[in-house]
Amino acid sequence: MNEFALLIAATLLAGTPLALAGLGLLINERAGVLNLGAEGMMLVAAVAGFAVALSTGSDLLAFAAGAAAGALLAAVFGLLVIWLNTNQYATGLALSLFGYGFSAFVGVGVVGKKLADRTAFEVPGLAQLPWLGDALFKQHPMVYATMAIAVGMAAFFYKSRTGLVLRAVGESPESAHALGYPVRRVRFLAVLAGGALCGVAGAFLSVVYAPLWVEGLTAGRGWIALALTTFATWRPIRLLLGAYLFGGVTMLQFQLQGMGVEVPSQWLAMLPYIATIVVLALISRNAAFIRINMPASLGKPFHPSH
Amino acid sequence: MPELMNPHRRQLSLAGLSALAATTLLLVGCGKKEVPAAPAAATAPASAPAAKPEPLKAAWVYVGPVGDAGWTYAHDQGRKAVEAEFGDKIKTTFVEKVPEGADAERVIRDLAAQGNKIIFATSFGFMEPMLKVAAEFPDVKFEHATGYKTAPNMRVYDARFYHDAYVSGILAGGMTKTNTIGFVGSFPIPEVLRNINAFTLGAQSVNPKVKTKVVWINTWFDPPKEGDAAQSLINGGADVLLQNTDSTAVLQAAEKNGKFAFGWDSDMSAIAPKAHLASNMVYWGPYYKKAVKEVMDGTWKGDTRTIWGKPEGANDVIKINEAVPEAIRKKAEEAAAAIKAGTRDPFDGPIVDSTGKERLAKDAKPDQAFKDKVDFYVKGVEGKIPAGK
Repeated sequence: MNEFALLIAATLLAGTPLALAGLGLLINERAGVLNLGAEGMMLVAAVAGFAVALSTGSDLLAFAAGAAAGALLAAVFGLLVIWLNTNQYATGLALSLFGYGFSAFVGVGVVGKKLADRTAFEVPGLAQLPWLGDALFKQHPMVYATMAIAVGMAAFFYKSRTGLVLRAVGESPESAHALGYPVRRVRFLAVLAGGALCGVAGAFLSVVYAPLWVEGLTAGRGWIALALTTFATWRPIRLLLGAYLFGGVTMLQFQLQGMGVEVPSQWLAMLPYIATIVVLALISRNAAFIRINMPASLGKPFHPSH
Repeated sequence: MPELMNPHRRQLSLAGLSALAATTLLLVGCGKKEVPAAPAAATAPASAPAAKPEPLKAAWVYVGPVGDAGWTYAHDQGRKAVEAEFGDKIKTTFVEKVPEGADAERVIRDLAAQGNKIIFATSFGFMEPMLKVAAEFPDVKFEHATGYKTAPNMRVYDARFYHDAYVSGILAGGMTKTNTIGFVGSFPIPEVLRNINAFTLGAQSVNPKVKTKVVWINTWFDPPKEGDAAQSLINGGADVLLQNTDSTAVLQAAEKNGKFAFGWDSDMSAIAPKAHLASNMVYWGPYYKKAVKEVMDGTWKGDTRTIWGKPEGANDVIKINEAVPEAIRKKAEEAAAAIKAGTRDPFDGPIVDSTGKERLAKDAKPDQAFKDKVDFYVKGVEGKIPAGK
């Protein structure tokens, strides 16, 4: 039974970088900007965060460095896509490729280095609970912060004025512009915020999850986060759950292998992706459902001069 | 419409400049040292009149980054040993992070065209690409690690990692408290299966009750996945881990959980001082020096397969943890010495596989063919081998 508790704990940990990156992309997409550069931003932030953690020993500074690196890269993307109206898909892909090479290049100096040992984190009191303690309350603070961010983002989108403006910009930038809202500035801020969150996800990977730096560390998690935003029909809480589902199935397949389950490991390795596809198919049975939820101007450039 | 022309043109030129900048940074940042990534840049060696003997040009092709502190790092150490030995009589090059497949063919061909007289390819998946290029460059010597196909100008070299795995198994069998040990595997090929089996046989030689759990991650290198796999093994009760994958992630996971693990391919004792039981080393330097010397002397012969292990100094288990009890340490050292002297082989009979079938009779000695075709788990390893390689 305890194995199941440990599986839940592993799920929460594995889902966190996916959730953080996904939430960052969600802000982008809700404003109508599709940023395919998640992988690149995560990698550059991972190396930045790792380097800072190496020299200062502070998690917080590492996350801040990651957020800054992610935001910086996102700013370049934002400039190109929002003010120069370059194609969002192509620019995002270019960002991903650039991030991969650039992070490998600057990270050469910190490969193979080891971070200082960290004490295990526990929620005081609750961690001693017999089964729930192991399952839920022995996580790094960022895991809980991610849950808070998801809830906060939902509140921001649906209960606040600024969130409403952001969503309006995503749905119909022409109308928002006609009403006098600074569409491009809103989109740019959304891109920055999204980049910062992707950056925190990358730093989390290199400073807490692995914890080490080596090129290509994210191994495709940025792309998975992109899929998660569609999977979650652009709603933050659903995205969080989707990230846990994905992370959980990934950990489950290792658990099943360890238990000697006689399914070839290659099939088990496909499980997380199959699970994602199945849920996507179920959601898409109702095409109208997707259309209603998707930000209408996603991926389309906006020209205020029209 | 005139007023639209200007902004578009400005946008286009700005976009063009940034694309150019990005591409330049991309090419610079791709980390390929000394060999240009664009095929157009590679040219045939210049035929300058040589007054004194030109240094021999040798090249290495790596599947991973030199900084992996594991597989590729060990090969690069070997290359550096060659440089140290031959000084200015040799000029070495390497290309890292070459994916197995069509890209590898291009890289190997580039290296041959640039005048390298001997090329080492350090991963199984380079076998077919190298074979193809070998046919096109009969004057160049090709060496492939861990493969099995040869040609008149191509040969295979390998190391006996299972020598190390067996000795590590003894340490694991002595240190486990749960009688469950774990193995993080990359791909279910004979090389990895040999290591799993040797690990188990070694453990069982000091502790017959030991069981081995295996998790396959279907990649040689993915630190977060390696860590996840290690964690799931630990969650399943394993308290000593070994891996066949290329990073320090498994060792770090063991340290985090207060369990034991090993270094693989390089000395990982500094990464996890409490969890580290020993490091399984491979030394490619001696073989690389021999191969280069043969090319210089003109005695290099292709179509052969050379496998070195403990007896030749290619494999060794080092830095055994102080916490290991004296009795276990002695057993490990005895076994290592016997393997080194050639009197013991980890696969000496009797060998029974996990279905109960006898694979090798008692007192029988395994030959190379037996070891090449290991496609089974020995008794004590849980689960079934995933179908297909």
